[in-house]
Amino acid sequence: MYSCIGKRQVVEMKDTVSENNRRKAWMGLLAKAPNGRVAALLDAEISRPAITWLRAPEIGTTMVRARAGATGAPFNLGEMTITRCTLTLETGEVGHSYIQGRSKADAEVAALVDALMQTAMASRLRETVLEPLEAGMATMKAARAAKAAATKVDFFTMTRGED
Amino acid sequence: MYVAVKGGERAIENAHAWLAEERRGNTDIAELSIAQIREQLSLAVNRVMAEGSLYDPDLAALAIKQARGDLIEAIFLIRAYRTTLPRFGASEPLDTGIMACDRRISATFKDLPGGQVLGPTFDYTHRLLNFKLAADGEVTKAPSRDAETGNVPHVTEFLNREGLMEEAPHDDTPPPDLTREPLEMPADRALRLQALTRADEGFTLGLAYSTQRGYGRNHAFVGELRIGSVPVEMDIPELGFAVEIGEVILTECETVNQFTGSKTEPPQFTRGYGLVFGQTERKAISMALVDRALRWEELGEDNVGAPAQDAEFVLYHADNIQATGFLEHIKLPHYVDFQSELELVRKLRREAGAQQVQEAAE
Repeated sequence: MYSCIGKRQVVEMKDTVSENNRRKAWMGLLAKAPNGRVAALLDAEISRPAITWLRAPEIGTTMVRARAGATGAPFNLGEMTITRCTLTLETGEVGHSYIQGRSKADAEVAALVDALMQTAMASRLRETVLEPLEAGMATMKAARAAKAAATKVDFFTMTRGED
Repeated sequence: MYVAVKGGERAIENAHAWLAEERRGNTDIAELSIAQIREQLSLAVNRVMAEGSLYDPDLAALAIKQARGDLIEAIFLIRAYRTTLPRFGASEPLDTGIMACDRRISATFKDLPGGQVLGPTFDYTHRLLNFKLAADGEVTKAPSRDAETGNVPHVTEFLNREGLMEEAPHDDTPPPDLTREPLEMPADRALRLQALTRADEGFTLGLAYSTQRGYGRNHAFVGELRIGSVPVEMDIPELGFAVEIGEVILTECETVNQFTGSKTEPPQFTRGYGLVFGQTERKAISMALVDRALRWEELGEDNVGAPAQDAEFVLYHADNIQATGFLEHIKLPHYVDFQSELELVRKLRREAGAQQVQEAAE
């Protein structure tokens, strides 16, 4: 592979892949955040910069697919509501959001954070928005998992009567 | 025959006004909020999302309120609303293997990795009315225990290791979509599963029960039942990669069915599959049983003429909105149709009467 396309190109490809993975991670986190939570964290930290809409928030659906027998051929399970939008900052960064539900305000703030994460503010927002968001969601998940764990059956065998 | 007639506008308006009043009920009683329905009648909300075929708990709660608790009416409202929304695409197929399980049980293996996790279940309750709920009952906090981390493996994987389980090989054929193309026979499994997951719970339950009672018996065990949340990933065209756009709560049921082999398949365990939006376990188990019954042809089994084996019968009658639409339309004005029927019966009676008179004369 190195001999075909050269070392520099491979390094660039890797950078793009890891950059995409980072973006994928924060977009996923923003999409799964509880209603209004991202806005509360962001607005406590900065005053929002001016934006231009490339696509104003719109509500629609996506068809959720699953697999027969969990691993086989895909089938259409049903739709879910989603809201999407695209905006740009005055400095040119473009932010996208595709998030579950019908909250245009949540879609807007998710796209805004997506754009700001491409600017020099990234590390600050990671600390003040993404990390608290992630911690809060992890706590909620852990609390649920702990309740489920408490309902796990501990089997014990009674003395059997045949002896 | 349809003929436009005028009239009835005022009666209809007044009927709807009275409906709104009756929906609200006694105004001395506090009004239900959407959030109350979503949080406290969540299994009704789940059923409306599953059969309405649209995952959105707030919309389902609103529909239940508007429908005065008539769930089929609520499902109708959701189906109608869905048609007003543009569809932005389709998700990547869900991976239920990474489900964060609230509940996960197996009726086939006692000791299995991940364990038997009961979750918030009605099972093992005594089905006695709890009058504490009629008073202002405080809720005791549910106990917690340290949880294992990591994914909970599917039970069918264990049997697969011995080669005793029918495989569900990976496949990426784009599935047909009955919301875009009319449902036509023969229906492949992907189409059947789509129809079954949005099918009426009662109808699906009745058919599944019929297979247990002997109409196309296929000896189902619940290999695994799991309920929990699964992330939904969707390819974002603007970015060229997929991102998580949210999470859905699902109920998944895999049945393990005795199978002595056929002309084409060796003796092994075969599988039925149920996957439904929300915590909807009666429906998911029913779906898995009916799915398995409908697979007789691909497994080389005999068609014993059982209703649950008849794909056309099952799929064309499972949708409660189609069914109720056609059923309930007969209460709407059919004056002209009936007038012609009346004319016909009168004519037949006149002719029969004339014949009798003639016979008597002869």
